[in-house]
Parts: sequence; structure tokens; C-alpha cells
Amino acid sequence: MAVTQVSIDTHLLPILEQVSDPEIPVLTVLDLGVIREAKEKDGTVYVKLTPTYSGCPAMDVIGDDLKIAFAPLGKKVMVELVLAPAWSTDWISESGLQKMEAYGIARPLSESADKDVLLAGAKKVICPQCKSTDTHLVSQFGSTACKALFKCEACLEPFDYFKCLK
Amino acid sequence: MKSEHLYNYILGIADNSLILGQRLGELCGHGPSLETDIAGTNISLDLIGQTRSYYQYAAKISGENKTEDDIAFLRLERHYKNVLLVEQPNTHFGYVIGRQYLFDVFHLLLLKELQSSKDETLAAIAKKGIKEVSYHKRFSGDWVKRLGDGTPQSAAKMQEAIHDLWPYTQELFDMTDADTAMALEGVGVDVSKLKKAYYKEVTDLFELATLEVPQSTYFSRGGKKGVHSEHMGYLLADLQYMQRTYPNMQW
Repeated sequence: MAVTQVSIDTHLLPILEQVSDPEIPVLTVLDLGVIREAKEKDGTVYVKLTPTYSGCPAMDVIGDDLKIAFAPLGKKVMVELVLAPAWSTDWISESGLQKMEAYGIARPLSESADKDVLLAGAKKVICPQCKSTDTHLVSQFGSTACKALFKCEACLEPFDYFKCLK
Repeated sequence: MKSEHLYNYILGIADNSLILGQRLGELCGHGPSLETDIAGTNISLDLIGQTRSYYQYAAKISGENKTEDDIAFLRLERHYKNVLLVEQPNTHFGYVIGRQYLFDVFHLLLLKELQSSKDETLAAIAKKGIKEVSYHKRFSGDWVKRLGDGTPQSAAKMQEAIHDLWPYTQELFDMTDADTAMALEGVGVDVSKLKKAYYKEVTDLFELATLEVPQSTYFSRGGKKGVHSEHMGYLLADLQYMQRTYPNMQW
């Protein structure tokens, strides 16, 4: 899926960078690619937010956090949830992926590799702790909707894998 | 009249997700293993997320001052339009998986058609949902195979569940007045046309899982018309308790 155009007023970027994902606090909402549009008009910031998963409880929290972030500047925030085009893991920025790995979550692979590791048990997911690929799937569902649970056979540590979504 | 059909059509789809989501939510902390417990609640979360998108849309077009919560929590049993299959209880893990798989196959076929709806909102919800529901089907299908082709005990339990749930499958393909009206307008899906593909896929997987395909000739129906099984009242008592006890409460 092609990455669609993001349209954010540049003067809003420094504030948006302070708002992070409540589940993966090292990622800002910009890293995650969930903010598709942010425009200021007459002291109100209009934000278009695309949910990662339909039921992701982080979306309501992000909406509230945006309001809190802009409040000291006297700006109101209006959040609109936009479902189409649907969010994809391709929208996570490269720096976001690096921060995610440093945080201990393995980055999403390509769609076909994802199928291999989640179905056929192929060893392609890299352990974020020791970089071994000797890893296996423990559970297709992890601590949040966007993650699956893996275990590394080399360092024996369990870790989260961010599922590829396209 | 047009929007009344649309409203009922949206609820027909959304109520299935709400009620199945509620059933899976009951497993929270009670799953047979940590992984399946988490899987059940993750699937529940996806389904209830989809339900919210549908209900928000239904509330918007209702013309009354309704919210998604009113639709979810403040209707009477006869006003819920979900199929009987999704309200069946979590008798044992075989039933949880069997119910899930029998619904997932239908759900994915439905959303794949709904994504080309002339209604932009429904098409968007469907496109989003396809990604999630494909994952659900992968999970439930894997477990049907694992249990069916597993030990004699797991096979017997899986077979029992499939046998008992099978009579609820045909209702999935019944057309309500709202279904017919919306399908004619290119907004809704003609679910009766999904039947063949559904039974082919399901029986193929059962064969792989070394399970017998039930030969039942009797099929229960009624949920789509609001006539539910004896389990529904208990489910709603749980679901609606807070809103009925403390009207308009918010988290």
C-alpha cells in the first residue's frame, strides 16, 4: 500500500513530538504515523488521527494527551478519527523503528515474512536483545493488539514482535 | 425509510461483533492458558473496536440524539439483531474455538464484499476490519486443526462443539428486509450468495482437522429478528449492568 500524504502545519510539529504512544512511550505520535493531518485555524488545532487497530484503547488516550499538550498554549484541539486509508506499519518512521528496537520490541518484517513467522514457524524475527534469529513464536497475540509474543533461543529472553500490518 | 434500513443494516452487522466480543471478554482471566486468554481478549478488543465504529455511524444517522453507548447498552433483548451463533456460551475451549472459526469464516467473506460498498463509511470500516479478522481466522482455524487432529480427547471435544454449533450456521445467510434493501442499493452485501464459499471453506478445514462434517438437517434461526436463545438474557444482564444501575455513567 502506498504511503498517503501527511499534511501537518510545521509550527505544530514541536508540540506533536512531545505526545507519545501510551503503550510504547519511546514512540511519538509522529513516529507512529497515526497523525495524518494537523492544521491550526483560529486558535483550534484540527487533528486527523488514524487508529492502528479498531479497538486500540491508546487512541482515546492520544486524543486526550493532544488536548493536554496544546492547553498551555491556549489552543483547543479537535480530534477526528479517520479510518480510510487504513493504518499500516509502513507508516512508522525509520527512526521510530530504531527506537522501537532499542526499547526491546522487534520491528515488523514484510507481509510475506510475517506470514512465514506467524504460520510456518520460520526463523526470521531478530531478537532485540541479542540480535539472534534463533527465535520462535510463543503466541500470535501479545500484550497489545499490535504485538505478538516471541522467545529467543539464544539468550532465552521473551520479547514482543510488532506485527506487520498492510 | 432509506435511512431506517441503513440503520438496521448497520446494527445487524455490528451486533454480531458486540455480542461475540462480550462472550470473548468473559474469558479474561479464565482462558485455559495465558496465551489463549490473551488471544481471546485481543480478538474481543478488535471486535468491540469495530462495533464502536459501526455504532458511532448508526448514532449519527439515527436522527435522534443517540450515542454509541445508548445503542450498545440500552436496548431490550428483542432489539439486538445478532445471529444465535455468537451468543452461544463458552461451554469449553472447543466451543470457544468452534464458534470463533464458524463466525470468522463468515465475517471475512462479508467484509471482503462490504469493502466495495457504495457507502464510504461502511467500506472504510470493512477495509480496516479485514486486516484484523484475517488474523482472527488464522488463530481459530489453527486451533480447530490442532484440537481436531490432536489427542483422542481434544478431537472428541472439538467434534462435540462443531456438532452442537453447526445448526446455528445457516442463519448467517438469511436476508432480512434491511439486508435486501441495502444490497439492492449497492450499500449492503447479499449474504445469501456467500453460503457456497462458506461451506466449502469450512468443510475443507474440517477434513484437514480430521473432523466429521455434521449432517444436521435442522437449523436454528431467529437472532436476526430479535428472537434469541435462552443464553442471551444472561449475557445482556452482564453487559448492561452498569448502565442500567447507574444511568448515563461514564468511565
